[in-house]
Amino acid sequence: MRIARRVTRAILAALALPAILLTLWWVLTADSESYYLPPLSEILAAVDDVWLHSDRLSADVLPSVLRLFGGFLLAVVIGVALGVAIGSSRRLRAFCEPVLEFLRAIPPPVLVPVLMLVAGIGDTMKVLVIVSGCVWPILLNTVEGVRAVDEVLVETARCYGVRGPSRLWNLVIRSASPQIVAGLRQGLSIGIILMVISEMFAASNGLGFSIIQFQRTFAVTEMWTGILLLGLLGFLLATLMRLFERRALNWYFGLRQAQRGGSR
Amino acid sequence: MTSTLTAPARASRAGAASRAARGTTLLGVLGFATFLALLEVVPRSGLVSPDYLPPLSRIGVALAELAGEAGFWTAIVDTVQGWFLGLAIAVAAGIAAGFVIGTIPVLREFTASTIEFLRPIPSVALIPLAVLVFGSELRSVLLLVIYAAFWQVLLQVLYGVQDVDPVAQETARTFGLHRWARIRHVTWPTALPYVLTGVRLAAAVALILAITAELIIGAPGLGNEIGVAQSGGAVARMYALVIVTGLLGVAVNVLARRLERWLLSWHSSLRREVA
Repeated sequence: MRIARRVTRAILAALALPAILLTLWWVLTADSESYYLPPLSEILAAVDDVWLHSDRLSADVLPSVLRLFGGFLLAVVIGVALGVAIGSSRRLRAFCEPVLEFLRAIPPPVLVPVLMLVAGIGDTMKVLVIVSGCVWPILLNTVEGVRAVDEVLVETARCYGVRGPSRLWNLVIRSASPQIVAGLRQGLSIGIILMVISEMFAASNGLGFSIIQFQRTFAVTEMWTGILLLGLLGFLLATLMRLFERRALNWYFGLRQAQRGGSR
Repeated sequence: MTSTLTAPARASRAGAASRAARGTTLLGVLGFATFLALLEVVPRSGLVSPDYLPPLSRIGVALAELAGEAGFWTAIVDTVQGWFLGLAIAVAAGIAAGFVIGTIPVLREFTASTIEFLRPIPSVALIPLAVLVFGSELRSVLLLVIYAAFWQVLLQVLYGVQDVDPVAQETARTFGLHRWARIRHVTWPTALPYVLTGVRLAAAVALILAITAELIIGAPGLGNEIGVAQSGGAVARMYALVIVTGLLGVAVNVLARRLERWLLSWHSSLRREVA
């Protein structure tokens, strides 16, 4: 009985406020004459026409998401590889640190016009923009993680003759993985921003392009559906990231719990 | 350990440490010099076309020209203004909301799902709305900056408020401290390091969003100048402006860290570093 009540309460807690907010939005805009704020009912009705019964899902949303994944994966490979190299060597770290500190501080969106010069306005430019923004949090977090590898583990690995790829994967990357994953999370949210901006600045397709196109043609209801879709995409990707984090770092959460003397 | 060392041995150890520190600085300077040299040599050698990446010397000339223009300094002021106003509002709102939600368990329980849903929504999704409602002025920039920076602060404040030591809380209660006194003397000092982490993260994000808004919406500022330079084909000028935004970013990071050190000089994490 008590468990049932606790579950009911949890569900109520999760759904109550969103339900209230949506109802408020629905009711308050129901007779809205405002040009900027069409009734929520109209927006939801338009979703079907604008996104589901047209080729926009495959022509705009899919290319956006593919570019995001491509750029993100490339940034992960580059960031982790460079991060492990720089983090493992004290001298290399001292050599690179000021430059990295500067490059990281450049707001990534200003690279959109720069990379447009080099790569035009095609997919290459957009993937490069995403890579050049995502790579910094991943790289810097990997450096920090690799730097902080437990000395005792390093010595132990040496005693047991663990070296080469096995040492890299089982010792270095494994120890640094909590920081690496934190970097991935930051990188992904920057990646989404850059995906949208690169399309808003110059593009012929994509989610960001469609939204800005709706705005320019004053199709306000359609624009709202785009904003909602983009918000949903951000939420979905963050949820995926959290699932990945929980799987990849399961050992780490367990370890921390054990160190605190609690049981799982 | 240290007490058994003779004075000369101790001195030599200190000497080694300062030598190592000097070596690090030297390597850093060397690294930066290499970076600058590459920026000069790579375009000159034709590895990358100078049309795409002008040699550093030409960017330097463009930078010097910029420094002589009044419009450039107004652009910097515009950008910093949007950044600072947005950040200040987001920090104030984030701290207030964080303390209210964090100290009242029921509120915390009932807002968790909404916060988790709203937080990952990319603030750039609001760009078209900002353009329609506010046009290309400061208010558009502020809307984006505040939305992006607010969540960074709110989340850290919530973590911080949750981190309060229950024993300290009970002790304060036993000594008869009232709700406000408890917030002031127990919750606030515990949460302050988290608040400042939030401010540091928010400061960086706010700068990104301020410049993004200028670049995409065309609100006055450095981002807009970059867009204008790019569409006008003034490549060296564009790179000079990008460098300026980088310097601004470095300044924001340094300032945020200084603030943290200054306000947390009493905190054990910093005291240990000094000792």
